[in-house]
Amino acid sequence: MVHQILVHATTTGDTTTVEALIKHPMDSGFVRDKSGRIIPPHYIEVIEFTCQGKTVLTGYWGPAVSKNPFIKFSFKGGKPGQPIGIAWVDNKGESAVSTAKIV
Amino acid sequence: MGQPIPTGPKRRDVLRAVAAGAAAGIALPSLASAEIAPPAVSSYPAKAFRQTEKDPALQAMFGTATLTDTADVRMEAPDIAENGAVVPVTFDANLPGITAAGVLALDNPFILACAYKIPPGTSPAISSRIKLAKTTQVISVIQSNGKLMSTAKQVKVTLGGCG
Repeated sequence: MVHQILVHATTTGDTTTVEALIKHPMDSGFVRDKSGRIIPPHYIEVIEFTCQGKTVLTGYWGPAVSKNPFIKFSFKGGKPGQPIGIAWVDNKGESAVSTAKIV
Repeated sequence: MGQPIPTGPKRRDVLRAVAAGAAAGIALPSLASAEIAPPAVSSYPAKAFRQTEKDPALQAMFGTATLTDTADVRMEAPDIAENGAVVPVTFDANLPGITAAGVLALDNPFILACAYKIPPGTSPAISSRIKLAKTTQVISVIQSNGKLMSTAKQVKVTLGGCG
């Protein structure tokens, strides 16, 4: 499965705003497919944002987070040109990492 | 067509070369992001996400279940969500010593939707999108100096979004 992460980080003053869009089914385990079988749960459990080796946000997600999750947050101390790292792991043990430069 | 065409070894060589190329292609991106490791799944508070009642979910996630309703925690969520599968929820807080935050949907099968660990320097204003099974009260919780501060909002769901 191709796991895509789109990250966009911008700095205004001393605040860096990070927007990330992650491609993931986020199946809750409550939905049935067309033939009536339950689609097994498949969702991101832990997502981590790092900047310069420092974790700037850790998210714990349950099955109630929407498909193809979007998250926006901001932190202080990021500078243009520095890379933002984003990494997640889901309940099936799949994971993905990505980086984006702050602009 | 009487003589067999000796294609065997050649085909094997081609496959081998393709496999080597593919391996190199896979290796390159993983090297580029080698400095970022996927987060440790052992830190996941799985118990908190399996709770169907508010208090046990809060207890498992934050270590306390006492909520204090306050205007210092702001939340933005739609009054009416046409599609329960994608409900944008934004929270923010003007409080000292914030370490964690979370969003709860009281009538969802599992109460806790998402939670965040907020280190110093990171703003407690976080936007994301959650699923709501039906019309429910959504509570934004912020942990400030160990105490849980919250704001609740009723969100009417016209189309359930367990999916």
